Amino acid sequence: MAETTAIEVGKRVTPWQGPSRYVYLGRKISQRGLVYLLLLAGAILFLIPFVWMLSTSLKEGPQVYRWPPVWIPDPVRFDNYTKAWNLLPFVQFYWNTVRISFLSIIGTVLSCTLAAYGFARLRFRGRDILFVLLLATLMLPNQVTMIPQYIWFAKLGWVNTYLPLIVPSFFGNPFSIFLLRQFFMTLPHELDDAAKIDGCSFFGIYAKIILPLSKAAVGVVAIFSFTYHWNDFLYPLIYLQSIEQFTISLGLRMFQTNTFVDMQSLMAMSVVALIPQLVIFFIAQRHLVQGVVLSGIKG
Amino acid sequence: MAIHEMQTTRSRRPRFGMRAREEVAGYLFILPWLIGFLVFTAGAMIYSLYLSFFDADFLTQSTFTGVTNYTQMFTDDALWFKAMRNTLYYSFISVPLLTILALMIALLLNQKVVGLSFFRTIYYLPSVVQGVAVAILWVWLFHPDFGPINGLLGLFGLSGPAWLSTEEWAMPAIIIMSLWGVGGSMIIFLAGLQGISQSFYDAASIDGAGPLASFWHITVPMMTPTIFFSLVLGLIGSFQMFTQAYVMTRGGPNNATLTYVMHIYNKGFQQFHFGYASALAWVLFIVILLFTMLILKSSTAWVYYEGELKK
Repeated sequence: MAETTAIEVGKRVTPWQGPSRYVYLGRKISQRGLVYLLLLAGAILFLIPFVWMLSTSLKEGPQVYRWPPVWIPDPVRFDNYTKAWNLLPFVQFYWNTVRISFLSIIGTVLSCTLAAYGFARLRFRGRDILFVLLLATLMLPNQVTMIPQYIWFAKLGWVNTYLPLIVPSFFGNPFSIFLLRQFFMTLPHELDDAAKIDGCSFFGIYAKIILPLSKAAVGVVAIFSFTYHWNDFLYPLIYLQSIEQFTISLGLRMFQTNTFVDMQSLMAMSVVALIPQLVIFFIAQRHLVQGVVLSGIKG
Repeated sequence: MAIHEMQTTRSRRPRFGMRAREEVAGYLFILPWLIGFLVFTAGAMIYSLYLSFFDADFLTQSTFTGVTNYTQMFTDDALWFKAMRNTLYYSFISVPLLTILALMIALLLNQKVVGLSFFRTIYYLPSVVQGVAVAILWVWLFHPDFGPINGLLGLFGLSGPAWLSTEEWAMPAIIIMSLWGVGGSMIIFLAGLQGISQSFYDAASIDGAGPLASFWHITVPMMTPTIFFSLVLGLIGSFQMFTQAYVMTRGGPNNATLTYVMHIYNKGFQQFHFGYASALAWVLFIVILLFTMLILKSSTAWVYYEGELKK
């Protein structure tokens, strides 16, 4: 390695060095080739689970259990989806999950943008200590607060309702506040000052200047919140008891443990459960990447 | 004198008013979070700590038992050891593997490849879709007789194990599945790599450093803060693994995948030993805290912050 660099750095390339220059070029090309080969192989490996899920969901019964595995279903059975869809009240599960997610997103966005604006832009006594406390709660496992919360919510009569899954969202979560604060910090202070001179209140600055400039960051927080609530399993498992109230996660779990359910229906329902996440991912991918970066780098 | 006084009061009064208003506004803005923090976090923590000293079941009566709950873990709960061991096993294998894999993919993607966004999408996608559907999918992928993983191994003449139904392969299977979610860290690492100024590499190559030397003396040190951050968050997350193990194996076979949080769930919400479950949760918190401190302590030895130079 060191030799080739020396040649590259060296100013004079005398004719007899020609061959090694070709060797260097060749090595460079084969190196690129290796990079692409690895990336491509990895990409295929990463895609296999999705392909397998989709393929199984479209197979005919006997083809599901065949060795070696069949990759392209023949015939393609779309009615696996309708069959599975009718086995359980999936429309209800979907609607339940959408409602919980939607209200939680509103709560998260409201409470987190407010708090993030306070931490990023306003000076008040104890702010830095409170912010450190906020970051410290990132380390706290949910399980420590899970039992007291359950007891309190049970006393309020909230078990078997959606309230325990939604209401906490209105009180912010440390990760989203941190992410939004990091974003708000990047916005120029001159904007605030100009608005202040124009007699704009702090809330006015928040609502009319900061929020409109932060649509992407707010969108990322909303998507994270959606993904979290769409996938959440432990909390619905604890709080929801009647089937009519189940979320898609609980419904799928119930579907899975039902011995009458065949693999192709199970895969079909898993595909259906993933669709909203996939759609959102492809729409907002670029912003998501930026959001993750923001949360990870400037810590 | 008078003029001077007037000037100061005049200039001070509105400013003081602004400052006071800002103080109040600051607290109003963070109020929802602050209430949530005081009630749902701090309040719940105190209550949980209180409960952990009681033999408390659900809502009825509770008797003070001192540290019995804590001693019981070590003396009278064989599953506690198993759950702790399983969780440590999962964390200590999956987090380092995940970090290394994320770094490797990020390094490959950072080679100015054509189709970067295509590859990035594919590697990132699985980390976004998680939860029950994905866990169910992996049960099927790991199917010993008809699953593609053993099918793939079969191509190389290997006969794969029965994965989730064996004690020794169930946890490795869940670890392999966790590696599929490498995308989140990979994205962070990739951004970190792209943030390293090219001038460092140019300077090194003028000094005659080869690619390997540049990697060890520039890339690695510059990436350590990001790696550190990802290790801490990864560790905290991995200690709380629940859904995968619950859906894929229900903690089995023979409790080989019983995770710590599943143990808390079983004690608290299956058997309604709320006091004991609270004590379990506190021990988990302390363990997480200890490991975080350990990484933090060690970080002075291996994490490099660019700012240090500027001092």
